[in-house]
Amino acid sequence: MKTIEIFVGLFIIAAVAAMFVLAFKVSGMSPLTEHNSYQITAAFDNIGDLKPRAAVTIAGVKIGQVTGITLNDKSYRAVVTMRIDKQENNIPVDSEASIVTAGLLGANYIKLTPGFENQFLQNGDAIEDTHPAILLEEMIGQLMFSMKNDKAETEAETDNVAVQ
Amino acid sequence: MISRIAYIGRFGIQRCIRIGRSGLFLFNTLLQPPKWKQAWPLLSVQLYRVGILSLPIILLSALFIGMVVSLQGYNVLSKFSASEELGQLVALSVVRELGPVVSALLFAGRAGSALTAEIGLMKTTEQLASMEMMGVDPLWKIISPRFWAGIISMPLLSMIFCAVAIFGGYMVGVHWLGVDNGAFWNNMQNSVDFRLDIVNGVIKSVVFGCLVTWIAVFQGFATVPTAEGIGLATTRSVVYASLAVLGFDFVLTALMMGGW
Repeated sequence: MKTIEIFVGLFIIAAVAAMFVLAFKVSGMSPLTEHNSYQITAAFDNIGDLKPRAAVTIAGVKIGQVTGITLNDKSYRAVVTMRIDKQENNIPVDSEASIVTAGLLGANYIKLTPGFENQFLQNGDAIEDTHPAILLEEMIGQLMFSMKNDKAETEAETDNVAVQ
Repeated sequence: MISRIAYIGRFGIQRCIRIGRSGLFLFNTLLQPPKWKQAWPLLSVQLYRVGILSLPIILLSALFIGMVVSLQGYNVLSKFSASEELGQLVALSVVRELGPVVSALLFAGRAGSALTAEIGLMKTTEQLASMEMMGVDPLWKIISPRFWAGIISMPLLSMIFCAVAIFGGYMVGVHWLGVDNGAFWNNMQNSVDFRLDIVNGVIKSVVFGCLVTWIAVFQGFATVPTAEGIGLATTRSVVYASLAVLGFDFVLTALMMGGW
């Protein structure tokens, strides 16, 4: 009887341990709460494929995550709310926020580039200087446009040379 | 012609009666008074038999399933040079689908069939009837502990299954096929959500645990008291439980898909 109860206890402990592994190792449940983090916002012209829970990084190091994305219906810009680890409390107010992609097909995340001010971002502050997501299609469109222009210019130049 | 139609009608009525009877049976089992002091020894013995004795088969098949998902996934993903996403593929398919469903199917085969055969034999040898003669309710003494043990141990087994399967996928993906260790875990953590994926998987396994043990104990309790009847009841228990698990899996997935 006693041994059976010991086995049942071990079984339940193993299952709870498996649950913890799933929660922290697999789902990466972030321990960012009201107490150990602060919230800042940034308004972007275009957020591309950014999703809630995406990472916020400085120099490639993760310091927080995106908690919400809403549309400001006056300015038609996307307002991204993010939680930053309280330990990183020295981000200058003139920092830049840009949305970048991890690799060619990877997920989008927010990259913060620190500025030079001596004032630091507080809870509820907004980052003014933002760069929208770079959309692959737009980039290809621009590339083709500039290639066309280049071609026209070189043709014009060769014409000039021919005239001379 | 008319006798054929009558046959179909009789078949339908019998099904309905049986479903209704099993519903009443479940209701009466759930209504049993708790009486913790006396019920705990009964429950712990059943937890041992139903849960812990199913562990070896669950662990072994979880390891192999994680490994094979990793192997298959790597083959396809490397065609799109996206083999870094292997962690995401393994974790999502195991946590959302394979973990709850495969462990429920194994549970139906390993524990459900044993429950049915045990209770069926008790009925055939009139142990249940003699218990009732002595004023002990067999629903309280025999059925209820087995039922609750099934419901409790199914989600626990499913969680262990998920963790072990992901470990198996990690072994094959990272140590054998050479996916980057950091990318494997990081992509997994970025895509798996605790509430939407893991908690929903646990909800699924609770539902499957209810279904499998309910079917198993009812088939045992309603056995035709012959040697043949026990065999028939055991077969039915496994077949019905597997079909119910797969059917309910579809319904539950359709309900949960909104958040993905």
